Amino acid sequence: MSWLTELTSNPAITDRLPEAAVETLLMVGWSALLAALGGLPLGLWLRSSDPGGLRPHRAVNAVLSLVVNVGRSLPFIILAIALIPVTRWLTGSALGWQAAVVPLTVGAIPFYARLAEAAVREVPAGKVEAALLAGASRRQVLAGVLVRESLPGLVSGFTVTVVALVSYSAMAGAIGAGGLGFLAISYGYNRFQWDVMIVCVVLIVLLVQLLQTVGDLVARALDHR
Amino acid sequence: MVDDGIVLNALRKVYPLRSGEVMALDGIDLRVQRGAVHGIVGESGAGKSTLIRCVTGLERPTSGSVWVDGEEISAAGERDLRRARRRIGMVFQHVHLFDARTAADNVGYPLRIAKVPAARRRERVAELLELVGLQGRGDSYPAQLSGGQRQRVGIARALAADPSVLLCDEPTSALDAATTRQILRLIRDVRDRIGLTVLIITHEMSVVREVCDSVTLLDRGRVAEHGPLAEVAGRPGTRLARELIPLPPLPAGGAGAGVEVAFAGADTASVFRTIGGLGDGVEVAAGTVETLGGTQAGRLRLDVPADRRDEVLRALRDAGLHAEGGEAR
Repeated sequence: MSWLTELTSNPAITDRLPEAAVETLLMVGWSALLAALGGLPLGLWLRSSDPGGLRPHRAVNAVLSLVVNVGRSLPFIILAIALIPVTRWLTGSALGWQAAVVPLTVGAIPFYARLAEAAVREVPAGKVEAALLAGASRRQVLAGVLVRESLPGLVSGFTVTVVALVSYSAMAGAIGAGGLGFLAISYGYNRFQWDVMIVCVVLIVLLVQLLQTVGDLVARALDHR
Repeated sequence: MVDDGIVLNALRKVYPLRSGEVMALDGIDLRVQRGAVHGIVGESGAGKSTLIRCVTGLERPTSGSVWVDGEEISAAGERDLRRARRRIGMVFQHVHLFDARTAADNVGYPLRIAKVPAARRRERVAELLELVGLQGRGDSYPAQLSGGQRQRVGIARALAADPSVLLCDEPTSALDAATTRQILRLIRDVRDRIGLTVLIITHEMSVVREVCDSVTLLDRGRVAEHGPLAEVAGRPGTRLARELIPLPPLPAGGAGAGVEVAFAGADTASVFRTIGGLGDGVEVAAGTVETLGGTQAGRLRLDVPADRRDEVLRALRDAGLHAEGGEAR
């Protein structure tokens, strides 16, 4: 069991690993929360301004769609570097997990917006009409019908977003964000401590498994179809 | 124009297309009196759905006007429209219940929108579920109900906010025959109890026969035929009369010429006496007699020796019956 003693005696693992894991959780947690808060309204707006939506507006829809597409097409690592001035202005530093939340959120908002738009699009037009004929306002239709009826899909899309954020957060580690990705790169890759790399990867895989399982459970509990 | 019920005046709806335009409704005048059940029939593409969407205000007419209980829907602003819609209940072919809400919450939805207090809402929902025969099923989600039960919930939801007008868009087209009868009975029952004005769009003549007081046949955006059921059935030879009183399939064989006789409002026995008096070789090959809107109407197909065809036709017409010579077979 020499590899086990090696693992438990490596200071990179005993000292840095718990800290890095917490950083990853904080980074992913905050950016996921902010991505949901930004992405859901954006997705709803995309859907509503669509020709078949509640308030069709060709120009608004085209602009939103373009912004979302640009946001989604930039490779995350480029986005993170390009955003460094903004990050510095917002958080006072370009390093640390707090700084990483900025590019992670900016990257995840358009990502979730598209998934939310697709989920909301699944709500049949007839349900919207039924609500309008009950005298509902647009806002009431949005919250009480579009969001509520597509909740399972919105949750599934959120799970996909959070998992993507876990992988982005590892990339953010490459430019000084801390977390498990940073640990894996700086110790595992740069210093050839493969054990550190493997432990980090295993932890990330477990985290993703856990997130996906919880996400699926919640989506299923919300689905009454 | 202060008037109960539904009134359409010179209603036109044109959809612009890249290649010209489509005239969905081309000058519809229609009046459905309070408490009447009116059917709109026609082939798909005749404009039935556009018509009902204009009544709900989901679609703005290109010209003409739509009135519900004296309020002009076609000119109402958004706020007025929302208020006016509380007087309109709508039943859809595919029901369109909210899957994420229980049956009770579906029925209570219009009340929630109308800001009815929760306690009053619960009472009303219980009443409505009982009215449609679903007491005790309030906690079920739509997915746990059968097609017929879902449509009952749909009807309860449409009635929740005490509308004065009930619009039904193919309410039974997705249901089996037995369930269709139950749902139609329910609609009639509700009309009798609450005095609703009901507009039913359908492509099934059986729906018209079973619940409607009057009927309109739409053809390419125009009113082709129109009137109370008994009256429409009493215009032999028209499309509505033919479809309301369909002839059963003819037996194979038979010699000579076919003659079709149609009658309405007449004493059925005297019609048969007339036919019996036509003499040798004249036989009834197929026939239907229906009671529509309180009068008897029927269509008969006679087998007549070819050489007596003209003579028989004349005799039937002299007796005041509508008779047409079919082709010899």
